[in-house]
Amino acid sequence: MYVAVKGGERAIDSAHAWLAEERRGAPDVPELSIAQIREQQGLAINRVMAEGSLFDPDLAALAIKQARGDLIEAIFLIRAYRTTLPRFGASRPVDTAAMACDRRISATFKDVPGGQVLGPTFDYTHRLLDFALAAEEGTPGDAADEAQGADRNADPPRKPHVLGFLDRDGLIEPASREPDLAHSAPADLTREPLELPASRALRLQALARADEGFLLGLAYSTQRGYARNHAFVGELRIGTVAVEMDIPELGFAIEIGEITMTECETVNQFTGSKSEPPQFTRGYGLVFGQTERKAIAMALVDRALRWEELGEDFVGAPAQDAEFVLSHADNIQATGFLEHIKLPHYVDFQSELELVRKLRRDAETGAEGAK
Amino acid sequence: MGEIEKRKGWMGLLARAPTARLAALWQGFGLEPEHTLLRPPEIGAVMVRGRAGATGAPFNLGEMTVTRCSTRLACGAVGHGYVQGRDKAHARTAALIDALMQTPCADALSAAVLDPLAAELDLTRSRRAARAAATKVDFFTLVRGED
Amino acid sequence: MDTDALSGGFADAPVQAAHAFRAAMTAMAQPGRIRQVAGAAPPAPLSAAAGTLVLALCDADTPVHLTGVHDTPMLRDWITFHTGAPLCAAGACSFAIGVWDALRPLDRFACGTSDYPDRGATLIVETDRLEPAGATLQGPGIARQAALSLPETDVFRRNAARFPLGLDFFFTCGDRLAALPRSTKVTS
Repeated sequence: MYVAVKGGERAIDSAHAWLAEERRGAPDVPELSIAQIREQQGLAINRVMAEGSLFDPDLAALAIKQARGDLIEAIFLIRAYRTTLPRFGASRPVDTAAMACDRRISATFKDVPGGQVLGPTFDYTHRLLDFALAAEEGTPGDAADEAQGADRNADPPRKPHVLGFLDRDGLIEPASREPDLAHSAPADLTREPLELPASRALRLQALARADEGFLLGLAYSTQRGYARNHAFVGELRIGTVAVEMDIPELGFAIEIGEITMTECETVNQFTGSKSEPPQFTRGYGLVFGQTERKAIAMALVDRALRWEELGEDFVGAPAQDAEFVLSHADNIQATGFLEHIKLPHYVDFQSELELVRKLRRDAETGAEGAK
Repeated sequence: MGEIEKRKGWMGLLARAPTARLAALWQGFGLEPEHTLLRPPEIGAVMVRGRAGATGAPFNLGEMTVTRCSTRLACGAVGHGYVQGRDKAHARTAALIDALMQTPCADALSAAVLDPLAAELDLTRSRRAARAAATKVDFFTLVRGED
Repeated sequence: MDTDALSGGFADAPVQAAHAFRAAMTAMAQPGRIRQVAGAAPPAPLSAAAGTLVLALCDADTPVHLTGVHDTPMLRDWITFHTGAPLCAAGACSFAIGVWDALRPLDRFACGTSDYPDRGATLIVETDRLEPAGATLQGPGIARQAALSLPETDVFRRNAARFPLGLDFFFTCGDRLAALPRSTKVTS
């Protein structure tokens, strides 16, 4: 129960003033600019864009600055901002085969056409703190020189997906079991409330904006045996893709920009069912920005949620349970409900207190009566 | 190349152009044509879609910010700008250039603004591709386990 | 798209849309009260008032249905360019536009569901005459009673009887409009 109460305005104003000072930190340390955050905290920017569900690196940088580096608070700011924007329309589905790849690896085929391109990865670092960075040295040694020798036209315009090779041999399920949906408008959970059972399109949208930590935990649970689905990363690619939209006043589609994204396709084991021969199955992850951990986790959870359409058993694992996953994956919903319990509940609690006192009184009188 | 393909080309280029660079090149061109705004610059969002399994059924991935503007020149040519981000001047410039590209000054404008932009974006892209290519793995076999 | 369809939108959208929305909201809150709106210069035969409502209320999430003489290529283009609203069949629309005879029969429009009564359609009825005389209106937002020149009364009486389901109406004439929500009781 909520009761409107007044008071505390001065306390709130003072709290906000102090918050602003704390955000700024010691005044003798130079203030961070939006450009510095955008350029030097790129992976935090990517997470805020992915989970804020809005691709705009400058806005994400502003949100991180304002939120003092609390990424969930920053995501909250982005989500709030995006509701104020008019929706001009929807893009054509992005063509990830035409991605300009910074990174493209496969754990299933060593010799993929185009080769294994590592890109700017942490993978082979030693995870030792680099105290040289603490010395505030400028730009790292000019690796661009190394790149001079490489073929500038190494990047072909189209890079077919690795899973396509398995598809050609009929060893993997088709990418879509719903060919009739290829040209229809998918449901949008930012416009219509989520209703269950949710289509795969809705599930993928929810996963793409889901909390990275939550997805990571769920995906890990499938690897440890809760609805195990034996995933290999068939292909992981990171790079930029063009976004095209049909413009009604023109009568044709144009490019409206370019975004960075991470795509992960997993190859999963499947022993076959009554209707399907033994073959590999797929999980899919697609996320804004360079967000590799999230994209892999998304693909694993996507695959786990597909048990019903693949004719598998529901073994009661959390990652299989669409109601559980989709209802708890959004960190803004979760934090909103979680944190609201710190706000005044004086009347609620008063009534509970009364109830406990009454029950104790009743118990005491009952005990005396029984004597 | 057909007229539509050409127009798609320059509109896409204007959408992707770095805001400050476009502003500098446009200012360098030095034309401020008389025009009326049919739709003043407006900041909004476009829902970006992907496909399940890269080629399957579409789904909504998330939005991106886009600014758009439509304008009509005194000569009647209508231009539209749809550009990434939230810069109103960028969208207005894109709309004006789109309109002017349908007039006799197209060649001069192309040489002064669009060609340099395209060349710079190509260079950025090929530099990045070269950086990626430098991280390509050369596998070599240490020991063959055939014995 | 005909480039003539590209003019006639709001010149200062945030301010004009806010004024238009305020006018539409107040009209719904005070059924039968006639007020003036401005901002849109839509192609014929759409009135300035109806055009202003369309610009303020319609977007990509509100499918629009055009009936009769209002279903012209120019008007379709104008709505598409300025609002992004998809054009659709009567049964799927959030807003329908036309003269009274073209809009009828009304049972083809969505009247909402008991879970989502807000999914009922809003009809923008273009009229030649809009006066505070004729049918008697009573209900929420009306002090005692109001009068409005309605094309008929029976259909509005039946519409109100389905409350909370039902259709809502704007009546437009030139740059003036009045509203009749489903909560209003109409008698002749």
